[in-house]
Amino acid sequence: MPAQAPRTLFDKIWAAHVVDTLPDGTALLYIDLHLTHEVTTPQAFEGLRAAGRKVRRPEATLAVVDHNIATDETRRTGIGDAESRLQVETLERNVSEFGVPYIPLLDDRQGIVHIIGPELGRSLPGMTIVCGDSHTSTHGAMGALAFGIGTSEVEHVLATQTLLQKPAKNMRVSVDGDLAFGCSAKDIVLAIIGKIGTAGGTGHVVEYAGDAIRALDMAGRMTVCNMSIEGGARAGMIAPDQTTFDYIARTPYGPKGEALEGALRWWRTLPSDEGARFDREVTLDAHAIAPQVTWGTSPEDVLPITGTVPDPDEAGDEARRAQLHRMMEYMGLQPGQRLQDLPVDVVFIGSCTNSRIEDIRAAAAVARGRKVAEGVRALVVPGSGLVKKQAEREGLDRILREAGFEWREAGCSMCLGMNPDKLKPGQRCASTSNRNFEGRQGQGGRTHLLSPAMAAAAALAGKLADVRDWQPKGTA
Amino acid sequence: MQAFTTLTGVAAPLPMANVDTDKIIPARFLKSISRTGFGQNLFYTLRFREDGAENPDFVLNQPAYRKAEVLIAFENFGCGSSREHAPWALLDFGIRCVIAPDFADIFHNNCFKNGILPVRLPREVCETLMDDARLGGNARLTVDLERQVVVRPSGEEIPFDVDPLRKHLLLNGLDDIGQTLQHAGAIDSFETRRKAEQPWLAG
Repeated sequence: MPAQAPRTLFDKIWAAHVVDTLPDGTALLYIDLHLTHEVTTPQAFEGLRAAGRKVRRPEATLAVVDHNIATDETRRTGIGDAESRLQVETLERNVSEFGVPYIPLLDDRQGIVHIIGPELGRSLPGMTIVCGDSHTSTHGAMGALAFGIGTSEVEHVLATQTLLQKPAKNMRVSVDGDLAFGCSAKDIVLAIIGKIGTAGGTGHVVEYAGDAIRALDMAGRMTVCNMSIEGGARAGMIAPDQTTFDYIARTPYGPKGEALEGALRWWRTLPSDEGARFDREVTLDAHAIAPQVTWGTSPEDVLPITGTVPDPDEAGDEARRAQLHRMMEYMGLQPGQRLQDLPVDVVFIGSCTNSRIEDIRAAAAVARGRKVAEGVRALVVPGSGLVKKQAEREGLDRILREAGFEWREAGCSMCLGMNPDKLKPGQRCASTSNRNFEGRQGQGGRTHLLSPAMAAAAALAGKLADVRDWQPKGTA
Repeated sequence: MQAFTTLTGVAAPLPMANVDTDKIIPARFLKSISRTGFGQNLFYTLRFREDGAENPDFVLNQPAYRKAEVLIAFENFGCGSSREHAPWALLDFGIRCVIAPDFADIFHNNCFKNGILPVRLPREVCETLMDDARLGGNARLTVDLERQVVVRPSGEEIPFDVDPLRKHLLLNGLDDIGQTLQHAGAIDSFETRRKAEQPWLAG
């Protein structure tokens, strides 16, 4: 056999999943795990029904409700909004008719689809994972190829367990050095997007590498991969290593015993080979990253918390100037304003980006023994029922409640303005979610993206704040 | 899916970059379980004021563009969420073709599944077409997929690239599930082999 050219993590997973290649080079790519939720599936199941097709592998599919549901006590008494209720009931009818495994709303394992996949041990290294949701890139942190698809493709995967795909290009983002005090995975990924722009990864799968990435725990790696789509990338991924394997060993449904041994033998061959070729390389110095916060209505409009609002008139071309003026007006900002002086109305700690136990610990560490500023509404929304239980076992809910935070049930909540948790027009929110688009968290709402610790600091200060000034109080 | 062959129609200029899918259709309008009806909320925050009245400044509210079938925009059109509701809303409004310097990947993909042709052309060409589009109803563009050209009102033809497989599916209005099911045998043998080699994936 001829010696094989060095391959990337993406190349290896891709090659292992090509079922067939069409004459024009399009691959029929096998999909190992298909995650589904209520918003992007009704039309897909309807399509199957109309064509008399079945779900090819129900056992490789998992359904959960997360986008539409309430995260307060009202979820126990039914969904108030008629359209939301219909969407959830439609999913329940579809999973029952097509035999798809489903985690119902009041199950402890219910949560945001991108939290529960890894947490339950269903998202594993080397897999291809899809979901009708752009933040499917989250699962790339496991060393998987995971990406978001539209509803037509959801139907395609349900019917065939495959997708028609052209290979993506390889891009590597290396972050080296030690992360500075007060910074986390969220600051890394916001800094990356600030550097490459929201279309910087278009057409590419990004592999995150470097010792600052290796040093992250799985939660941090998921935060980074989660926002790959905000940099335009098709997917983000991180090579599996001992951190990954130790995480999987603790999951309820991950492989065990002999199956795990077999899996590990393969997983250890997955990391990119020495000398593998990347179409594009970007490097960042971790130590140079300060706590980040977005000021505009695109995730690329990000600055260190010590920064000031830029002047649109200094932008290069006319279209960009017009765009920046629109942003300033929408966000209610003036050029030169200090980010740290911006008062917040709402603080949201949650979403598939930052609602894992590690995120809640980070927020609680800052909040411990302090109080949310008067007039600020602060929500902490765990990513899953299991995260919530774990936090309660650790007493984090008590710390947060005593500080004045609302402690919620699991769901997407205020990330996307589709359920009762929404911003009102003009409200300014410090949010650990992933998108600051106009109207994303509710019509007219103004979003500033930041890390969980920074969000907690904003809640306490009543304005955007530098978490380095809000060091955790001692536990003594 | 409706086939796309040749389209001659009014083009609406939308000189914005990074038009995200929340802008195309806000999340609160994604609660329908149908594929139709999203057009009334297309570009909701741009099209309507806070009181629900039409914003007369927005291009699609202007008399010349109320029946536009082509949209011309700038970089990274369709960025953000994977929601297919974005192309559904465009289609439901009547837009069958979007021309921009580049598109976000998932949106680009979703367009082809719904009979919408996304055309990538360099920024300066988009600016020229934007100027044509500003002439309103008197300046129709023709988009010919078979010949892969955009025809300006002046008659000048601008060639564009399109993936051959996608072109074939779009020209013929084909559902790609049917296409894929012709490979059912290959999928069966792939599954059998993987089940033996990687039993932990059995699910």
